[in-house]
Amino acid sequence: MSDISNRIKDVIENEPVALFMKGTPQFVMCGNSGRALEALRAAGAPVTAVDILPDPSIRQELSELSGWPTIPQLFVKGELVGGADITQELAETGELRKILEEKLGAGYTDGAEERVVDVLSGTRA
Amino acid sequence: MDEMTADFEQLLREAFPEASEVRVTDRTGGGDHFLVEVTSPRFDGLPLLEQHRLVNDALAAPFASGTIHELRIKTRGTT
Repeated sequence: MSDISNRIKDVIENEPVALFMKGTPQFVMCGNSGRALEALRAAGAPVTAVDILPDPSIRQELSELSGWPTIPQLFVKGELVGGADITQELAETGELRKILEEKLGAGYTDGAEERVVDVLSGTRA
Repeated sequence: MDEMTADFEQLLREAFPEASEVRVTDRTGGGDHFLVEVTSPRFDGLPLLEQHRLVNDALAAPFASGTIHELRIKTRGTT
């Protein structure tokens, strides 16, 4: 398996909330990624973001792992929650908070931060 | 109706013959940003992720060919 694929897997499996998006939380490059990010922010979630734009193989490897064709993709505790529409819909119904509480514990908003992982180099910011 | 939206509608109608509503809208008029709405009893009680997965699967061919740049999905059950 490639390094990129391994790093993607590592992010999915080990980050409480992983958002694969176009751009970064500081510089969102697509409306759909923005919608998912805003839904997570509104729910007070910690977010570990991966920008898929630097290399097309990131998106290819990700979709192969997840079986999901579009970006963004949200994972909570290793499990695919969905794309922008699902994330937004879950946020509107209050379901997103419930999922986060169930999987991360009631105090999940405490010290929630946004971080970025570069799956090409493996560095974090 | 635009040819592309008609093609997608047909794919969706084949995948969801029981659907009471199948609607495809070209959101920008550019032929690559679409809104798909499907209302079907098959979605009743199914998690949202699985509902959207069924729609994505029905459109696997245009996804693979890169015809679809952006897809918004709205699924509804009948209960």
